[in-house]
Amino acid sequence: MNFSVITTQFWSLVLQGLALGLIYSLVALGYTMVYGVLRLINFANSEVFMLGTFAVLWVEITFLGHPINAKPLQGFELVYTLVIALVGSMIACAVLAVLVELVAYRRLRARGANRLASLISAIGVSIFLLEGMRMYTKSRPASAPRLLEKWSFGEIAGANFRIDTMLAIVSPIIIFVALDQFVNRSRLGKAIRAVSMSEDNAKLMGININRVISMTFLIGGLTTGAAAFLYTTVYENTVFNVGFNMGIAAFTAAVLGGIGNLRGAFYGGLALGMMEQFASAILGSQWKAVTVFVILVLILLFKPNGLFGEAVQQTRT
Amino acid sequence: MMNTLRNFNLRDKGAEIWAGWNRPVRTVFVVAMIIIVGLIPFAADWGPTSFLNTPITSFQNVLVYPVGMFVLMALGLNIVVGKSGLLDLGYVAFFAIGAYAQAILSTLFGWNTWEILPFGIIFAMISGVILGLPALRLRGDYLAIITLGFGEIVRIVALNLSVTGGPNGIAGIPNPPTIFGFEFNLMFPEHFFWLVFVMILLVIWMIRRFTVRRPGRAWEAIRQDEDVAALMGVNTLIYKLWSFVIGAAVGGAAGVLYASKVMVISPDMFKFEVSILILACVVFGGIGNIWGVVLGASMLAYLPERIRFISDARQVIFGLVLILMMNLRPDGLLPRKKREKITEKRSM
Repeated sequence: MNFSVITTQFWSLVLQGLALGLIYSLVALGYTMVYGVLRLINFANSEVFMLGTFAVLWVEITFLGHPINAKPLQGFELVYTLVIALVGSMIACAVLAVLVELVAYRRLRARGANRLASLISAIGVSIFLLEGMRMYTKSRPASAPRLLEKWSFGEIAGANFRIDTMLAIVSPIIIFVALDQFVNRSRLGKAIRAVSMSEDNAKLMGININRVISMTFLIGGLTTGAAAFLYTTVYENTVFNVGFNMGIAAFTAAVLGGIGNLRGAFYGGLALGMMEQFASAILGSQWKAVTVFVILVLILLFKPNGLFGEAVQQTRT
Repeated sequence: MMNTLRNFNLRDKGAEIWAGWNRPVRTVFVVAMIIIVGLIPFAADWGPTSFLNTPITSFQNVLVYPVGMFVLMALGLNIVVGKSGLLDLGYVAFFAIGAYAQAILSTLFGWNTWEILPFGIIFAMISGVILGLPALRLRGDYLAIITLGFGEIVRIVALNLSVTGGPNGIAGIPNPPTIFGFEFNLMFPEHFFWLVFVMILLVIWMIRRFTVRRPGRAWEAIRQDEDVAALMGVNTLIYKLWSFVIGAAVGGAAGVLYASKVMVISPDMFKFEVSILILACVVFGGIGNIWGVVLGASMLAYLPERIRFISDARQVIFGLVLILMMNLRPDGLLPRKKREKITEKRSM
């Protein structure tokens, strides 16, 4: 127990919590989008994230030819490299997520199988990807080259505004706002909302359900890919089972905010990131997960639909 | 060919044959089956069935863990997931509680397995109540994440407390003492198998009794539609809690036996993956159908051990098998009866 950190490191913890939490909320968007249309936890999403981090490494090291010990880049080349890595990771994750839907969900859905069957086939995909990657990487962790020099904008009240932290805070907000607008304004967004309200009625209205569900997986894959890029940029390493903890955290975040609800995933991720940072500072990092789950239970006891669950109900009915 | 495979319903075929028999024939069949299963530990030494032998771990040990234990746990989880339709992703927690009860009580207080067994079961049941009371008020996926969290909490607590030995776990757990002339030690893995087999039979008997009585009907009603069940006067929370607690009891019992068999336990034996694997056993075999669950758990536990010689690739193959089987037979190997499937989609 070390409560003094609350006063001494408060702003620093808030900043780190924001950065971590926003990465969580990007992955949580992947869960929550799929949940919205299918009412299913997409267990393979954590592996999509994991392969995304490796895709970033592949783009940076093999495709653009920056070795592990490369010097940090400057100016235009830096921006260009980061953007290519981001786009590469997003495309890889999106393609993979669509494939996951094809393999694990589509046939089962067409036959009206029960929900747990798709859950298990998604777990099968997840095991397949995880173990395949374990074999491919021989269980070795991989490091990313430090292309982005970690210079700081300065320190305010003990919080160090480092460039990578700021990147991990600003870009998820941009992505989230764009996605929110997209789902609320665009035609496809309208179709996604319609399917999440009632699949049967959406079908009657002439919506191509399969296409909408594929697009939902695609969007979820895009945000997960962005999260994978940010994760690799901030933490600079990855390993074949990196997706497991990320998946659990992101799913918890999605539930915390009210699953199926975009804004819920966003705020749930933020809340979870903050809680993790403060819990590990106060109680020690080994109790982090316990604290998070206990708080989750308490919140769900009083708000059984998650923090923003009400909004889901409104959009659905 | 795909279609015949898909429409072939082994369960209904089996039920038809069973219904055609009278009582003596059934008794003979059941006794014969029990004897056959009891002889399985020797299958690896007998010519025609020697292909069953597992390459790395000895066949008889594989039959105890994972096969026997997984069947036991899958039966327990089936009460929760299959009978009352509650998605539990942290079932391994009860297994861990049973195992740690055996480990701590035997090494610290010198109790033997038979004395600990009821306590292990009670501890698991109490933790089932503690988890169930808040969690069962929630629905579907919220319940799933809470149970998942509970499983992780139990593991992390075991990892960080000194009484549980931290990451090293607890070693030197004694084997069960001799009972009815059966010794339990490394020399006689088949005795452990018979012990687990007896437990499995007891659990199957218990589930079958429950299914035809009030709790079973209440669970069935809750699974099909919780609101309607509540309207019909079923006290849904109590019966959900009961299914949870009974499932937990089976998990706890499995944990006690497991710890006394392996003699060393550590927190990484109780990871989230085990919960998922047991859930996969239930769904793979056929949710809600005891024989399906037994078959599914035996296959999913046995398969990775049989193909252990390809060490790394076996888990990849395991994943592929799950995907393929769920696509070919989404209701599992032996699906539950047709009439029970009507509102499957609404449940959970």
